[in-house]
Amino acid sequence: MRPTNLLRWETMLAAVLVVEFIVFSAVSPYFLSVDTLSDATFNFTERAIVALPLALLIIAGEIDISVAAIIALASVAMGLASAQGVGTSGIAAIGLCTGLLAGCINGALVTIGRVPSIVATIGTMTLFRGAAYAVLGDRVLKDYPESFAAFGQGYLAGPVSIELALFVVFALAFGVFLHRTRWGRTIFAIGANPVASRFAGVPVNRYRFALFALTGLFSGLAAVLLTSRLGSTRPSIAQGWELEIISMVILGGVSVWGGKGSVLGVVLAALVFGLVTFGLGLMNIPGIVMSIFIGTLLILVVAVPALLNRARVSR
Amino acid sequence: MSSSRRDLAFAALTLALFLAVTFAFPGFAAPRNLAGLLDDTAILIMLALGQMLVILVRGIDLSIAANLALCGMIAAVFDRAWPGAGVVPALVITLVSGALLGAFNGLLVWKLRLPPIVVTLGTMSIYRGAIYLLSKGAWVNENEMSRGFVSFPRLEFLGLSLLSWLAIVVAAVFMVALRRSRTARDLYAAGGNPEAANYSGIDAGRMQFIAYTICGAIAGVCGYLWVARFAVAYTDIALGFELSVIAACLIGGVAIAGGVGSAVGVVLGCLFIGIIRSSLPLVGISAFWQMFINGVVILVAVFLSARQREYKRAILEVRA
Repeated sequence: MRPTNLLRWETMLAAVLVVEFIVFSAVSPYFLSVDTLSDATFNFTERAIVALPLALLIIAGEIDISVAAIIALASVAMGLASAQGVGTSGIAAIGLCTGLLAGCINGALVTIGRVPSIVATIGTMTLFRGAAYAVLGDRVLKDYPESFAAFGQGYLAGPVSIELALFVVFALAFGVFLHRTRWGRTIFAIGANPVASRFAGVPVNRYRFALFALTGLFSGLAAVLLTSRLGSTRPSIAQGWELEIISMVILGGVSVWGGKGSVLGVVLAALVFGLVTFGLGLMNIPGIVMSIFIGTLLILVVAVPALLNRARVSR
Repeated sequence: MSSSRRDLAFAALTLALFLAVTFAFPGFAAPRNLAGLLDDTAILIMLALGQMLVILVRGIDLSIAANLALCGMIAAVFDRAWPGAGVVPALVITLVSGALLGAFNGLLVWKLRLPPIVVTLGTMSIYRGAIYLLSKGAWVNENEMSRGFVSFPRLEFLGLSLLSWLAIVVAAVFMVALRRSRTARDLYAAGGNPEAANYSGIDAGRMQFIAYTICGAIAGVCGYLWVARFAVAYTDIALGFELSVIAACLIGGVAIAGGVGSAVGVVLGCLFIGIIRSSLPLVGISAFWQMFINGVVILVAVFLSARQREYKRAILEVRA
């Protein structure tokens, strides 16, 4: 996709966002208030925080399906630590470290083990989620210290939640990293042609490992936020999130074939996603109906460019 | 290691596992228990064989469980509306609707060349949502289903349930057809090297379409069998089961890169999972460990097969 086309994609997402705003504020008088919109951000910030590094990973031509399972594993680790009387910062550190470690396992399997990333992460997804179930069974961990709730429920200033602030900061950081640095360009190169990149002297596997580790770390961060917001850990926590997070990334215009995508697109897609979920909730439409919408959108996102391409070729 | 030698080694491993469990718990090998094990694994076997076809041609079907659930709900709603219709219409309806849902995946992958993982991720959500629209979120319970509808998979012949016999027949057909039929050869060729297949007159995209359609048809019929066996239909049945199905394929030696896999291996993979699942309570390990053990087995299996494939493919395809 040319830069101009890419720009058009993001313009389209922005247009969808505007339409959502208009429709929802017409439908519900409560939609357009600062408090409501601030509440709405909780619908997507945790997922969007994972979507950022995952976008980089997919641009590099890999995929990680185990993100939601990592969230569950990290949450269980935090719950156990909390039950042992570890303090708030200790719990958060354990969540982050568990995520990082899980990401490193994925990275090692793909780079050292040379297992295709989709298979490797289907395996680790089963392993991590399985470990969460094995440790916890049907129990619930919920004796978290009171101060731990700050991460997921606290506000930085006014209606800006800590979650939202974190997302904004990381979105900017990832945007600069991917589009303005040498490393970012290298990620595009790896995704576009890993063999050529290798021949050009790029340490492809080191990049892959780092991106898997990064995705793990951010899944750990999402686990801290989510666990703190819910105040409890079940092994089924964040069930099915991998699909929503991957949908967010692809909706953002990142090509599953690798080599294409932008952070702005992913951020816009996250907003579109979060607003749809929240707006349909306001209209009392169940989440499962919304999944039809997301599924259709996901296919359209890849089908429309393919159809246009076909039309252009046949002309 | 060739595919058949891998199957032989894996068969020995499965047998060893079986003997070890039987040695510790002699009751495990009782005919009654084994029939139960086969009955529990039957649906997994059929689905995994369908999934194998899709993976053979370099695809993946994440929508397989949603397809099953949707067709199961269609069958349940149909039976509630026409309780006297019997089993045959239910079977035909689920077969056709499953095939159509699978063909939809196949068409998108074939005609638009969309990435299989995105397509089936999307249809997975759509099919799941469609169940809700069809059922309006309500359950169809046993008392709303006709007797023949529910009892069909449980009918017994020669000590095995009809469900088990179905799985045996499907497995046998796959074993013969994958070795003897021309379509199967084309499937393997299209998955092994699509470019080369194209030059020899095989439309790789069309083979993908066929694989998705067959896989969908199997999932559809399994939808009826699932609903009848558990005597309930609701939106979330078989939620996440696609991963168990894919796991069974991977354990059974199907390569995600396409072109490698055998029906014997997949059936063994399913039996392997089945044996572990039914022996866990005997050993005194909570059923919550099942998923973790599956994860370990998948990782070991894919790790080992990644080594072999690299050796075999190094000449033909360069990978970074």
